[in-house]
Amino acid sequence: MLVLASLVVALVLVHRPLGDYMYRVYTGPPGRERALYRLLGVRPDTEQPWPVYARAVLAFALVSVLVVYGLQRLQNWLILSLGFDAVPAPVAWNTAISFVTNTNWQSYAGENTMGHLVQMSALAVQNFVSAAVGMAVAVALVRGFTRRGSDTVGNFWADLIRGTVRILLPIAFVGALILAAAGVVQNFTAPHEVATIAGGTQHLTGGPIAGQEAIKELGTNGGGFYNTNSAHPFENPGPGTNWFEIFLLLLIPFSFPRTFGRMVGQPRQGHAIVAVMATLALLSVILTNVFELSGDATVPHAVGAAMEGKEVRFGVSDSATFAAATTLTSTGATNSAHDSFTPLGGMMTLLNMMLGEVAPGGTGSGLYGMLILAILTVFIAGLMVGRTPEYLGKRISAREIKLASLYFLVTPVLVLTGTGLAMANRSGLAAMHNTGPHGFSEILYAFTSAANNNGSAFAGITADTPWYEVALGLCMAFGRFLPIIFVLALAGSLAAQKPVPASAGTLPTHRPQFVGMVVGITVILVALTFLPALALGPLAEGIH
Amino acid sequence: MSPPGGLLDPRQLLSSLPDAAKKLNPLTLWRNPVMFIVEIGAVATTVLAILEPSFFAWAITAWLWLTALFANLAEAVAEGRGKAQAASLRAAKRDTTARMHESEAVINAADLRPGDLVVVEAGEIIPGDGDIVEGIASVDESAITGESAPVIRESGGDRSAVTGGTKVLSDRIVVRITQKPGESFIDRMIALVEGADRQKTPNEIALNILLAALTLIFLVATVTMQPMAIYAKRVNPGVPDSLALTADGVSGVVLISLLVCLIPTTIGALLSAIGIAGMDRLVQRNVLALSGRAVEAAGDVSTLLLDKTGTITLGNRQAAAFVPATGVSPDELAAAAQLASLADDTPEGRSIVVFAKEGFGLRERKITGAHWAPFTAQTRMSGVDVPDRQIRKGAASAVMSWVRQHGGHPGEQIKELVDGISASGGTPLVVGERVGGTSRVLGVIHLKDVVKQGMRERFAEMRRMGIRTIMITGDNPLTAKAIADEAGVDDFLAEATPEDKLKLIKKEQEGGRLVAMTGDGTNDAPALAQADVGVAMNTGTSAAKEAGNMVDLDSNPTKLIEIVEIGKQLLITRGALTTFSIANDIAKYFAIIPAIFAAVYPGLDALNVMRLASPQSAILAAVIFNAIIIVLLIPLALRGVRYRPSSAADLLARNLYRYGLGGVVAPFVGIKIIDLFVQHLPGIS
Repeated sequence: MLVLASLVVALVLVHRPLGDYMYRVYTGPPGRERALYRLLGVRPDTEQPWPVYARAVLAFALVSVLVVYGLQRLQNWLILSLGFDAVPAPVAWNTAISFVTNTNWQSYAGENTMGHLVQMSALAVQNFVSAAVGMAVAVALVRGFTRRGSDTVGNFWADLIRGTVRILLPIAFVGALILAAAGVVQNFTAPHEVATIAGGTQHLTGGPIAGQEAIKELGTNGGGFYNTNSAHPFENPGPGTNWFEIFLLLLIPFSFPRTFGRMVGQPRQGHAIVAVMATLALLSVILTNVFELSGDATVPHAVGAAMEGKEVRFGVSDSATFAAATTLTSTGATNSAHDSFTPLGGMMTLLNMMLGEVAPGGTGSGLYGMLILAILTVFIAGLMVGRTPEYLGKRISAREIKLASLYFLVTPVLVLTGTGLAMANRSGLAAMHNTGPHGFSEILYAFTSAANNNGSAFAGITADTPWYEVALGLCMAFGRFLPIIFVLALAGSLAAQKPVPASAGTLPTHRPQFVGMVVGITVILVALTFLPALALGPLAEGIH
Repeated sequence: MSPPGGLLDPRQLLSSLPDAAKKLNPLTLWRNPVMFIVEIGAVATTVLAILEPSFFAWAITAWLWLTALFANLAEAVAEGRGKAQAASLRAAKRDTTARMHESEAVINAADLRPGDLVVVEAGEIIPGDGDIVEGIASVDESAITGESAPVIRESGGDRSAVTGGTKVLSDRIVVRITQKPGESFIDRMIALVEGADRQKTPNEIALNILLAALTLIFLVATVTMQPMAIYAKRVNPGVPDSLALTADGVSGVVLISLLVCLIPTTIGALLSAIGIAGMDRLVQRNVLALSGRAVEAAGDVSTLLLDKTGTITLGNRQAAAFVPATGVSPDELAAAAQLASLADDTPEGRSIVVFAKEGFGLRERKITGAHWAPFTAQTRMSGVDVPDRQIRKGAASAVMSWVRQHGGHPGEQIKELVDGISASGGTPLVVGERVGGTSRVLGVIHLKDVVKQGMRERFAEMRRMGIRTIMITGDNPLTAKAIADEAGVDDFLAEATPEDKLKLIKKEQEGGRLVAMTGDGTNDAPALAQADVGVAMNTGTSAAKEAGNMVDLDSNPTKLIEIVEIGKQLLITRGALTTFSIANDIAKYFAIIPAIFAAVYPGLDALNVMRLASPQSAILAAVIFNAIIIVLLIPLALRGVRYRPSSAADLLARNLYRYGLGGVVAPFVGIKIIDLFVQHLPGIS
């Protein structure tokens, strides 16, 4: 609980200055990145209408996928390959999608598959830019609220570069230094060969880990250098780095609402959004801890808590908190095996993702997801004040609700259809290592994680079969870019509106009343959508 | 004009049943995606029940059909309430003939074109909407307004419009037809009250999209549950097949039951009834909304433009005080003022008589030998000459110069009194007398606009609702300000010309506000057209009626406030029932999920918090609840959620508590009660 309390205090202290700083980056004049604009021919003042902005996002994603795919497939021809072969096509496709969509689902073991060049120039680069894309889209949506009668939502290239150069890079740099100082490995050497006590030999692959670790968490990416991710002592040596990694992955998502509040000129609106996120997150973290500590299963009962699958150096609570944080944000880094959690503890990690990665969610994507939920809430409950619903002065009419509904539909449809297809399909079932509700939960988890761009895994299934590589790859791609298109379209339609001035007849969206309503609507909508699936998985396993 | 009647009169429900059954036609039902899915489900369960008959399957089938029927019933009842009214309007529209001006040719009224001139004489029905171009007549408009007292219509000015179907009682008029064939006011009214050409309003469309999205999600959730269920059954081979779950998965009947229970049937069923009832509530207050959009916009209005005269103040100025000059007693002044006004039949004059009677106990007297001096634009005063005495009252300058002419010396004091009254927004009338050779000023009558009772509270209410009120008046700014302050409006527009009004509306709209106003004159037409909610008075010109999007048959400008409240009530009712509908789903899951899966995963029986008797009874109870709640909520949908003007936050808190929390709790109780009954049916437990 000390960990939780100190995290809350740290985030409360930091979210304001960081949020304000990000506000200045996205709204202020160009700074250091000016040189980069000139180099790349970007004219930051050229405003784009939403379709142009969306095309830029998609074009950038397409090029990124091709580059990451190409580097993996040609690995054996390139330097720093550590002697690894070319990555097989299905894995390479899945990985390319996975890193470009900020999911960082890994169907491979990093230390045995990717050389340093791929890790650094393909994966680490995407760790930065995929996070910056999410932030850019969120900023575009917020501009939709701030602009009046405008047909543009910003300039994607400028937003992408600003976010990367002035926000992610400096923080990741400091983060990497701190992690390296705390014992995370950062070197460029070839694998060490060491003799083990038992007399065998072991490869110890080092590498530029601290650098990747920082952006892995900061950009809510989650793709580990090692297969075991943050459970590996080279990635996450002890409780101190564990705390810091959790802090890093929560940092931007919890600060972005402040940026939002500043941009719309009403910081209290940002407070309301952050309060919704924090309420959901705290509930989730506490419940996960309760389920894990009370250890409701046979073995945990015997030993007093659910220690299976958790690192002794972290213990139950730090592992549970990390698991909740990594699934609440779209990070997906893990320091323990979520598969080994108690059924209900595991269900919490599933539920966290099913919320749609909004509490606080990914960098940028958390904010835009939460704003969509706020819009849906305003529409459903806001009618009860007797006016056409409006949020931040913008009317929520047919077009807005269509886009918000479409956004909300994407991930549940992907998760449920994907899981349903897997259960109805020989290739889907063949990959299962467990049967019964637990085996089912593993499949459900895989699709939930992919469609919500989380990237963590319950494991327990052979994910590198062509069927899963393709199915999960499609889930990741659609789960990322369809919502982005809807968000940008929404930004466009909001920006074109003239705001309605607030009056006593306007639904106030900054009070606890509204916060409670968004929390309620979110939980109810998610529960209603996923209850049958949860009943057949973790609930069937966990309730006796 | 239409009796509200009992809201859930069983006879009304029964008489609407045939109409409700007709609406089951899929060709019309598909417009309502939620209920269309229910109907498809009902058809599917019917087929399944025929293939594998069981009491349970037939019971579910029956209730699914009832669900669809109940939804249609809601709409049919709502429409039925307008039907009676339409019938009486049709009676007014019986085949009339028209006599053309000059040619005197008699043609069928249906063949009239805009611009035709027709002659109508006493006892004849006016053949179509138009403006009087010649003559004056008293007209019986009871067919439309329900008001039996005849009204005067005359050429020129703001009372020139006549409506087809009304009857000329006296005199002869020539009317220029303004309507196109088949688009007369009565035609539109009939279509309106019948809901025949009802278009979905913007907010209704948006809500429909949301409901369709929710339906889609639940469709995906139920369909994808099937392979998961098959898997669950397969990995528990020891569990015997149940009625709900076999090796082939969840039975079709149960799956469809779950789907119908989850999709938002409650709001889906009542949505159009809410809209129709909203229009109907306006009709009951004698307001015709010519578009549903306008009703909705009324709820969003944030600026109300109110004409001073007739809306905020009683029609005319009234005597409020007698201020005597030095050396004159108040009684003396009152007596003189009354005497001078006895023959004055203007409202102001009458109010002086009444004020003198009530304030000073002076009764009206019959006087002989009096000679009345009427008001003229030249003299600007009126009065009376009795033997030995002349009394004049009128505009300050006129009366004072009359006094001076006859040798009197009105002092500085009078001028001060006059200025004081003017400054306070009142109108001063100076009273002077001439007895024998001397003349003097007796004092000043303070005439003022009397603000209608309760307006101040009304405006405070508006402010709490977030609505700004702006008073429109032709008065000078000084007078306007005084009345605005007294009435408690937020702002005023003095010396307003029609152009000023239009400019004001545009300015408000530029700032994102929605504006409502009333008007009657032709020169109001541009502003009425520009306003988001333009209520034309039925007494007004046809240009005004054409430009506005609502017509008030009672021609009562205060009604604008009620219209706003009805608009809000419409939106609130929609929101409340949507929230209720979604909140209901929680309990239904708790009924159905354990009913299906507790056999394979006994732990899930813990979710059966209602302790329902058996899987069959649980599912049936949920389906029955889902159907019955529609019927139970029809009265609420028709009457609308009770609306008390208050701030948005308070309104929300109250409704959220009632319909959100109530929506969560009600089905737990309802399903349990139904379960207690259905468990005794054969084949259910």
